[in-house]
Amino acid sequence: MKLIAQIIAISLVSIRTIPQRLGASAAAAFGIAGVVAVMVGVLSIGEGFRRTMTSSGSDDSVLVMRSGADSEMTSGLSLEETRVIADSPMIISVDGEKAVSSELFVIVDLPKRGTGTDANVPLRGIQGGGVAVRPEFELVAGRMFEPGKNELIAGIGAAREFANLEIGDSIDIGQADWEVVGTFATAGGIGESEIWTDAPMLQSAYRRESGFQSVRVRIGSGDEATFQEFKDSLTSDPRVNVKVIKQEDYYADQSALVSNLINVLGGLIALLMGIGATFGALNTMYSSVSTRTLEIATLRALGFGAVPVVCSVMVESIFLSLLGGSIGGAFAYVVFDGFQTATMNWQSFSQVTFAFDVTLRLLVQGVVYATLIGLVGGCFPAWRAARLPISHALRSA
Amino acid sequence: MKFFPIVWSNLRRKKIRTTLTLLSIAVAFILFGYLSAIEEALSQGVSIAGADRLIVRHKVSLIQLLPISYHGRISQIEGVDRVGHSTWFGGIYQDPRNFFAQIAVEPDDFLNLFPEFVLPEEQVQAWKQTRTGAIVGRATAERYGFKIGDRVPIQATIWPKKDAQEPWEFDVVGIYEGDKAGVDETQFVFRYDYFDEARQGGEGEIGWYTVKVADPDAAEAIAKQIDGTFANSPAETKAETEGAFVQGFAKQVGNIGAIMIAILSAVFFTILLVSGNTMAQTVRERVVEIGVLKSIGFTDGRILRLVLAESCLIAFVGGTLGLAIAYLLISAGDPTGGGLPVFFFPVPKIMLGLGLAIALGFVTGFFPAMRAMKLRISEALRRH
Repeated sequence: MKLIAQIIAISLVSIRTIPQRLGASAAAAFGIAGVVAVMVGVLSIGEGFRRTMTSSGSDDSVLVMRSGADSEMTSGLSLEETRVIADSPMIISVDGEKAVSSELFVIVDLPKRGTGTDANVPLRGIQGGGVAVRPEFELVAGRMFEPGKNELIAGIGAAREFANLEIGDSIDIGQADWEVVGTFATAGGIGESEIWTDAPMLQSAYRRESGFQSVRVRIGSGDEATFQEFKDSLTSDPRVNVKVIKQEDYYADQSALVSNLINVLGGLIALLMGIGATFGALNTMYSSVSTRTLEIATLRALGFGAVPVVCSVMVESIFLSLLGGSIGGAFAYVVFDGFQTATMNWQSFSQVTFAFDVTLRLLVQGVVYATLIGLVGGCFPAWRAARLPISHALRSA
Repeated sequence: MKFFPIVWSNLRRKKIRTTLTLLSIAVAFILFGYLSAIEEALSQGVSIAGADRLIVRHKVSLIQLLPISYHGRISQIEGVDRVGHSTWFGGIYQDPRNFFAQIAVEPDDFLNLFPEFVLPEEQVQAWKQTRTGAIVGRATAERYGFKIGDRVPIQATIWPKKDAQEPWEFDVVGIYEGDKAGVDETQFVFRYDYFDEARQGGEGEIGWYTVKVADPDAAEAIAKQIDGTFANSPAETKAETEGAFVQGFAKQVGNIGAIMIAILSAVFFTILLVSGNTMAQTVRERVVEIGVLKSIGFTDGRILRLVLAESCLIAFVGGTLGLAIAYLLISAGDPTGGGLPVFFFPVPKIMLGLGLAIALGFVTGFFPAMRAMKLRISEALRRH
């Protein structure tokens, strides 16, 4: 009990006297705040991107592409193949409509609002079942496009990031003008980055004859057995040469490259900064110990043990780093959370609009990292404080 | 130099602090190195784009193909020196994560248009004689262990073969290198004639044209003329200089690139600020000593130089150390494993880094040095 009382007493002294060493302490806390803000900020980009890519659709949605294709963009299916797929008895009906949609997925160059330069905006041709396979679809303004007309609806992300996608605008694709007649949302998912139109209209504009690129279906259940049964029924069918993949797995694959890029760079930056901040914390704590030499020696002379002295230095260091970490995390949350932007997803060769996402997990990660820096930054100086020769320290004053 | 021992013993007085300051400066400059390399990677070599080259693509989007017949029509336009075409293959080598660009070209046009891709003469000849031949950039060859004579299987994604005999197979006949830093050494380039004959669908269509113009100043005008030639045809074009094309393409990454660069810059300057503060502190602590030095006859100017020498030395050593480590780390390769095809530390940025290190020494040393210089002896000695 005495030990704990001593620890508390000395620790309070070190924390209360921080204002006397304000410059150095503030520099250390500031450094750590920077580390945490940057780490959380950069990783929130990857987190937001991943969330947009993976929160796409219901768990029983399945995507069918040509065997060997690595994305919808590179896939190609003939009309006959799409018919065979659509005939599958496993496909469910939603509100009387069969949940199957043969689709085209291409890009159209539209200027990005931020830079004014062309961006690869994804353009999707859907059919009647296109809404039935996407229960998350919601028209937020205007109306649906009319089949057989050069009309488009734009996802809210696309309308926000790219020029000429407001209702009433028209864009030039091939040799015709296409009018934007509506804006839609898909519960924050990838669909919001896209522009949708009637598939047959797009076939003629992109000279795809009667070909499609992918077929989306819903099979009623997200469990593995149902999916396997559906997959086997198609892959064993000699009339088609296809790859069958769960939609959620498809998008997880599609986000891997960019997420990995951001996470590796973010991790590297955080690591380097952490090393820098640890040096800063060490410097601060060493000078804290050296300015308190007399005080520590006096305490030791009065009968305080080495352990409480070590603890007090550690407490001060961790206190500073937690303070810095919290400030940094809060800063990152205020500045980065919900920041809306768009980037190129190299795997699908098209733009994805998303918002930075500062999650609780990232904030916890940041504070844990700050505490680690504090621990390392405190332990060597604490060791020195504990070994101060008392008589020498007292005499030198 | 006579007073170097004083500077040296000042630095050695608080060894730990000196070391830590030095190391944090080094860390700052390692970050600076990565910042420069990432910035260069995100701009995808805009700085080395050929001023005399135009890129001609389909007006609606890059994924749409252009007829090969445009080759002849573009060649006839006055001021056009050479025309070549490229088609993106986008196949998979073993695993989708093993990304490198694969492109179908005509070897003669390609080597003429891109003199920065350097290949020994016998390998050029081998490529011209081998229909299934491919040349590979040094970086990709090293990464996957491709050697001349190897047969490389690549799984098609966009371009299935006519005979449905997957995968495509290419014979490596050459390994190219860039003639300067920043040239993309990750490409896998093979022959269009082989590709066109074996592919299922799309025969006679290519991805984009590269056009070399005789006079770079006329590039814009020729671009307009090319677009005019194909206006109102089923495949309208968009021609622009290679620089503009690459820049536009790089901008597709959007502001997250800019944000990362801004963050890194902020970090760099923050670390400099913190270490600068520490250096200034060491001078403040030595007021009495400086008073003593002055009283034994050190002039104001000499004191100024002593203090400056100390801060410059520490900044320069720390900065050089950081830049050297950064250079080694960056030369070891792109940390994301293929995500950034062009990843190097540009020489002008290394020079800038050295300049910044010296500037850091001066700036952090300047104010304490001025104070030390102006210090009155009586005042300094009274302090204690």
